[in-house]
Amino acid sequence: MIPAAFEYARPTTVDEALQAIAAGGDDVKVLAGGQSLIPVMRLRLAAPETVVDLGRVAELRGVRDDGDAIVIGAMTTHHDVMTDPLVQQYAPLIAEATETVADRQVRARGTFGGALVHADPAGDLPAVALALDAEFVIAGLEGRRTVSAGEFFVDYLTTAVEEGELLVEIRVPKLAGEWGMRYEKFNRVAQAWSIVAVAAVVRRENGHIAEARIGLTNMGSTPLRATAVEAALAGAQASPETIAAAARSAAEGTSPSSDLNAQADYREHLAQVLTRRAVTAAAGL
Amino acid sequence: MTAVEDRPTTEAPEREVGKARRRKEDARLITGRTTWTDNMVLPGMLHLAVVRSPVAHAKISSIDTSVAQEAPGVVAVLTGRDVADEQGSIPCAWPVTPDMVNPGHPSIAVDEVNHVGEAVAVIVARSKAAAQDAVELVDVDYDLLPAVLDMEEATGQDPDLCHDHLESNRSFHFVFDGGEAGTGADTDQVFADAEVVVSRRFVQQRLIPAFMEPRSVVVQPQGDNYTMWSSTQVPHILRIMLAMVTGVPEHKLRVVAPDVGGGFGGKLQVTPEEVISLLVARRLGKPVKWTETRSESLMTAHHGRDQIQYIDIASDREGNVKGLRCRILADMGAYLRLVSPGVPVLGAFMFNGIYKFDAYRFECDGVFTNKTPTDAYRGAGRPEATFAIERIMDELAVELGMDPLELRRKNWIKAEEFPFTTVAGMTYDSGDYETATQQALELLGYDELRAEQQRRRESNDPVQLGIGFSTFTEMCGLAPSRVLGSLSYGAGGWEHAAIRMLPTGKVEVVTGSTPHGQGHETAWSQLVADRLGVPFEDVEVLHGDTSVAPRGLDTYGSRSLVVGGAAVVNAAEKVVAKARRVAAHLLEASEDDLDYTGGKFSVRGTPGSEVSIQEIALATFAAHNFPEGVEPSIDADATFDPENFSFPHGTHVCAMEVDTETGMVKIRKYACVDDVGTIVNPLIVEGQVHGGLAQGIAQALFEEAVYDADGNLTTGTFVDYLVPSAADLPHFDTGNTVHEAPGNPIGAKGVGEAGCIASTPAVVNAALDAVRHLGVRDIRMPLTPERVWRALHDGGDGGDRATAGTNAYGGAQTETTAGVSTPQSALGGDR
Repeated sequence: MIPAAFEYARPTTVDEALQAIAAGGDDVKVLAGGQSLIPVMRLRLAAPETVVDLGRVAELRGVRDDGDAIVIGAMTTHHDVMTDPLVQQYAPLIAEATETVADRQVRARGTFGGALVHADPAGDLPAVALALDAEFVIAGLEGRRTVSAGEFFVDYLTTAVEEGELLVEIRVPKLAGEWGMRYEKFNRVAQAWSIVAVAAVVRRENGHIAEARIGLTNMGSTPLRATAVEAALAGAQASPETIAAAARSAAEGTSPSSDLNAQADYREHLAQVLTRRAVTAAAGL
Repeated sequence: MTAVEDRPTTEAPEREVGKARRRKEDARLITGRTTWTDNMVLPGMLHLAVVRSPVAHAKISSIDTSVAQEAPGVVAVLTGRDVADEQGSIPCAWPVTPDMVNPGHPSIAVDEVNHVGEAVAVIVARSKAAAQDAVELVDVDYDLLPAVLDMEEATGQDPDLCHDHLESNRSFHFVFDGGEAGTGADTDQVFADAEVVVSRRFVQQRLIPAFMEPRSVVVQPQGDNYTMWSSTQVPHILRIMLAMVTGVPEHKLRVVAPDVGGGFGGKLQVTPEEVISLLVARRLGKPVKWTETRSESLMTAHHGRDQIQYIDIASDREGNVKGLRCRILADMGAYLRLVSPGVPVLGAFMFNGIYKFDAYRFECDGVFTNKTPTDAYRGAGRPEATFAIERIMDELAVELGMDPLELRRKNWIKAEEFPFTTVAGMTYDSGDYETATQQALELLGYDELRAEQQRRRESNDPVQLGIGFSTFTEMCGLAPSRVLGSLSYGAGGWEHAAIRMLPTGKVEVVTGSTPHGQGHETAWSQLVADRLGVPFEDVEVLHGDTSVAPRGLDTYGSRSLVVGGAAVVNAAEKVVAKARRVAAHLLEASEDDLDYTGGKFSVRGTPGSEVSIQEIALATFAAHNFPEGVEPSIDADATFDPENFSFPHGTHVCAMEVDTETGMVKIRKYACVDDVGTIVNPLIVEGQVHGGLAQGIAQALFEEAVYDADGNLTTGTFVDYLVPSAADLPHFDTGNTVHEAPGNPIGAKGVGEAGCIASTPAVVNAALDAVRHLGVRDIRMPLTPERVWRALHDGGDGGDRATAGTNAYGGAQTETTAGVSTPQSALGGDR
């Protein structure tokens, strides 16, 4: 299918990009890797007036060490994220989840920031960012601001990035202590979106779970934290029974959708099973 | 040294048949540097885009094309009303009963639309983009009518009507009764006398052929002649049918199927878009092109399967089967297309499978619904039959407390009983079910997996293991013309071939069997290289153009090698016979004294006296020195009409893991041993089996065309219509037994559909075997994790799926991929 006609801008710096967005009229879409935007434009689900292509904004690519955090440029491709030594060392959960995103071709073009700012509740990376307490740096003509993952995901396909703004980088805190991580993804075919997935990040201490952070994919209109499970696990003994008992609360406070792949009650059930499996693996059991 | 050893002979070329040659056509097909229809650009070519109905059933109250007419680049906008007098009806070539009801099928709807995606207008523009942009500018008003979507409701009490000018939603009622036909006992009596009767209702979900290359058509007018290039499986049939539908005389119409990227039956059709393209080219006198989007393809290219099967099986307590009764509801969709009604009828004679029944009755209602028409899809009728018999045999085994394989063994036709005439009146040609089964069990590692299954059951492992069988046969080599005639099909089933010997000794083979990815060029070259004794590389295979290959009936029903290849072989024999006369003349010998081996004629007992087929070809071209009274040509053609079908068979065994916590099913191991007769190219056969398995497994586990309550196709993109990739399929352990088909000179039985026909019930039987001890009796296809989980936890067959498309991908559904949603349809769910 052929997209409706649109204006096209290809800036080379963040400042130029912000200018282009400001000048682009009422309906501006930012093109990162294009793996979601181009198809919806071809289906004419989206018909933006202007497309601002970030493909040549070099400053948005790459991963750097920033002391207590690693910083991932919004335009870093999935492939580059997965294979980055800093990511593998400090946030292996991101590498693990990114490996499950779509297929090789998509991972070669799709970007970390693009996937997050698209905020597809079935996408894998938002729940991971939530579980890792990532921070989102948003640039506007007035300057930059940082929001937490909890504030970033506002609603279905909606984030804290306001009109005229741009997600420029994601700060992932380095974790101190003995951490284990696991992404449990449930889908029907390899390249499909998650029906449900669970990102578990667990800090172990003397045979106990000192802290657990659990992100849920596709259990509502935004990624969610399984707060009841986290509370039940905090300070608990790291045993299969404890984890299984805690995981039964995984669907509390969620509002999953019903579609071809799963109705809501089945998603709630899956969340429990996958949470148990993810936490068990992250706890090293 | 003897004189014989002194002969300057070259070694006879290595035998080609049986060689696993890589396909000579693949490089161009895989890289796309070839003649795909959409690659074609003609000077002054206009582009078409089709305006389609977003509603399933409605009267068209008005169409306003004025804005679209004025849009930039638009040349014309035509509605159904504009072409009503010249568009005729999409043809149905298979009136399966004398009183079959055909509502008529306009290419562009005139007064009424009957399924989402039906054409209501066509835009003609100078560019594809301009045409696409103008689609949104056509304003159509619809008066909605109730959508008929459920076959059981459609044939129940006081149903809404799909076509209000018809009396019912029933197109035909086809019956085959073995008692009446004299091929079996009285079915009712056999059931009345039976000790055990098992009855089940099986659902064959609706599938979408999903060929790789979207459909595309180019038409070039030249005076009152027209050339159509189309991504079709059937250029010959298309030419005849277009002539009949549009009134363009057959001899003024040339149809070319250039390289075609797959079809699976989905391009065995005369499509509305082909008719529309011809009409527009005729009206405007300009070349036109139409190429579909993937969304259009999924929504409007014909669908497949979609049957509800009520199956009864009768046996005695020892497991000797007695009778089989099948009542089928077959969804035609909104209209009858080329062979829509024939698809279930192709299965009518195969529900008895490989088993010896005393009595058999088959009856089928063709039912209209407000959905995309159904038609041929890989296997066409036979997968449905195989699924029913192989599933009900397992159900009977459960009822009798017998091992499913023992029950099969007790009832199947023994190797020494071939040829065997079945209760459906078919004569199975050759085979050995026991040997194939033994080999398949060994390939699978059956005993070890059964032991593991036992261990998992005893330890109450959350992941259970099951093993499922499909001991199948199918009929291939469509088809003996007389049989087609007896079933009221509109054409014959023969195939044509011609061989031209070129002056330089190269060979052109013309085949009427038009490939769309099967590897005809390679296989035909191997056949001809052997028969003529020429190098494989010296053979060129020509096909797909009605002016190059004027006679043919094209490619479907695993017929190409069995029927088309046989014609090629017969033509080659004729070439050799003609060349023999020339050779006798040149060698001054009697024809009877000539031997022909390795491409050379030699005089028996006269060493050194020989002439090659290439030398004869040159001598024929020159015609300077030719036998008296013989025309200077050694070219030949042949038409082969088989006397019987061929019956490939095989045993497929699937080992399946079922995660009882999530419902996820995963094939642990898959082994199959197929008997497809003589194998011309083992690599092609292996590829066909793999591809067939992928599609058959896809029906069991992944694919389903889902409509919501308003008749919107919610699986309108590949996000929701799940076609598996290599990553989702297991390694396949394949093997073969070889029992030559007696009905053709090659001995081949056909392999194009075997894997697709056999695998589906093996996979479902395996999943059920894993969880039957947990109380699960049936799970509806496809076996989505949710269905398996529900069957495990709630009982039943897993139930209906929610019809909303996934919320992923921005809920990628629009009017062009699904149709219009209403609150009732809940399209898109919570998106």
